[in-house]
Amino acid sequence: MSAPLLEARAIERHFAVGGGLMRAGRVLKAVNGVSLAVRRGEVLGLVGESGCGKSTLARILLGLLPPTGGTVLLDGAPIAELPRAALARRVQPVFQDPYASLNPRKRVGTIIGLPLAVHGLGNAEKRRADVEAIMDRVGLPARLSSAYPGQLSGGQRQRVAIARALIMRPEIVICDEPTSALDVSVQSQILNLLQDLQREFGLTYILISHNLAVVEHMATRVAVMYLGRIVEENETEALFRAPRHPYTKALLMSVLTPEPGLGVPDTHLGTAFPNPLDPPAGCPFHPRCPAALPRCTAEPPKPILSEGSTVECHLYAA
Amino acid sequence: MSALLEVERLDVRIPLATGMLHPVRQVSFAVSPGEMLCIVGESGCGKSLTALSLMDLLPRRAERRAAKLVFDGIDLLHLGERRMADLRGDRMAMIFQEPMTSLNPAYTIGNQLVEVLQRHRQASRSAARDRAVHLLERVGITAAAERLAQYPHQLSGGLRQRVMIAMALMCAPKLMIADEPTTALDVTIQAQILHLLAEIQRELGVAIVLITHDLGIVARMATRVAVMYAGEIVETGTAREVFERPLHPYTQGLLRCIPIPGKTGRGARLGAIPGTVPSLVGEFTGCAFRNRCRFAEPACAGAAIALDEIAPGRAYRCVLPAKRCAENALEAAE
Repeated sequence: MSAPLLEARAIERHFAVGGGLMRAGRVLKAVNGVSLAVRRGEVLGLVGESGCGKSTLARILLGLLPPTGGTVLLDGAPIAELPRAALARRVQPVFQDPYASLNPRKRVGTIIGLPLAVHGLGNAEKRRADVEAIMDRVGLPARLSSAYPGQLSGGQRQRVAIARALIMRPEIVICDEPTSALDVSVQSQILNLLQDLQREFGLTYILISHNLAVVEHMATRVAVMYLGRIVEENETEALFRAPRHPYTKALLMSVLTPEPGLGVPDTHLGTAFPNPLDPPAGCPFHPRCPAALPRCTAEPPKPILSEGSTVECHLYAA
Repeated sequence: MSALLEVERLDVRIPLATGMLHPVRQVSFAVSPGEMLCIVGESGCGKSLTALSLMDLLPRRAERRAAKLVFDGIDLLHLGERRMADLRGDRMAMIFQEPMTSLNPAYTIGNQLVEVLQRHRQASRSAARDRAVHLLERVGITAAAERLAQYPHQLSGGLRQRVMIAMALMCAPKLMIADEPTTALDVTIQAQILHLLAEIQRELGVAIVLITHDLGIVARMATRVAVMYAGEIVETGTAREVFERPLHPYTQGLLRCIPIPGKTGRGARLGAIPGTVPSLVGEFTGCAFRNRCRFAEPACAGAAIALDEIAPGRAYRCVLPAKRCAENALEAAE
């Protein structure tokens, strides 16, 4: 098996919350010991509900936020030791909200070409040609080069964000909810585009999404996050065919496909939503878990590895 | 069975600096007692404005016109604001997308629940409190009595939406209008809330108009479906009819856009609907979907196209015969 292109080892990110001059704050463990490996050409889907730490993890992998513990390795080298620009050339983001991630006062052509200018690549003419080429590739008409983001539709804005991410020809693109703000008919166009680009440029994706149907469609592997931990990881096909962690099972049951007559299943999850500042003892999922055992309330489960998959649950302990 | 709610030829018009906007045009539908009607469409299709029209809660500048708007035997078109206010939260209740903005942050949950019954039924405080506790338990909230003293910000998003549902149920409404009630929630919480709404519809016999952009929710929840596009209803039918044999090219296109785990091949190309929604400023004639439709003909740009009812409750708005539409769906799927 090839060496991982991007690897996270025991990543932790703790935030101090509240607190002030005279009193200690509390610690929010947004990412609490996450290890992941992404191989070249893979699409790793990262799923989990809001507040589970998936976006924090994305920012750490991008080098935008230093972890408070653990290391991120790119091709075996710690990213903390790489110059910022060198990292940015190889790992690029596409964020959820193209309304917020594009500068409203800059023209589309300038936004897309900015990375080239920042890295001092080529002369003005070469950059313009590169911008034109990538715009054409992501399906943006050349005339939009002089438009402002405010004049574009949501789908076009997301194409701008993708063009900007790809103009440096990165190896890894981290897509954080790339289609959540879009209508279904536009979402499918962006997903098709992301797949075409992956094949054409040999890209590796980390795809963060709460939409499991999208993840199933795009990802080769899936990691499921819950309260700062990865509770299950497996090949997409195996994870959807035979989910093991009770949280993964509930997530999959919650996917409402457009098939009439099936109704909305009862996930038996209970309403005890955990407070991330004061996570439950033992397994953080136990207050909602329909299969909790007595030991789940006291003892945090350890990752159980079997070929190519991980699950963190006492039900599968030997 | 006579309808609980009848809407005929509803129009909403909003004057803008650039002209008159027509975000809802000639919308007609009926809701029978105890049924779940889902109105589905993408952003800007007019589904939320349609819901707000029913409650007379449109923005001030917007103008509502209809041939008929009757709820439970009451003519809503000619009802004064005072009597409309008596109706809202009583016989018809509404649930919005973001419970944090529809609950008052300065009052406890208990205060807000009790107020509904006191306002509409002149109930005593203790009777109202008892009903509040009963309903909080019904919507799956544990330690309901203690929750009454809590403020909205002390609850998670899922619990807040359960409180909103309990509040809507306080006066035992006949109709509940839920506008994207789970869009702000996580998927597992969404499934729980929808499961609860389906139970309430079934067990309490409350009719629900559910507004959503999510076709998955529609397929799993709806008794009947109305698909909206650019301000018009383009197709109606039972969930089975619409999902298994969609007639309008827009409905057909939408359904091909969605990946279905286990059915859509992994990595296979998804269907797409090229183009964008037309501007609804000024007078609009013909089919609003024609600029994105692969089956468009010259006739599509002509006169307004009527909603063609091919069987009771089953209708579509297209110049092509239903048989052709069904064949087109098969052809496009290949």
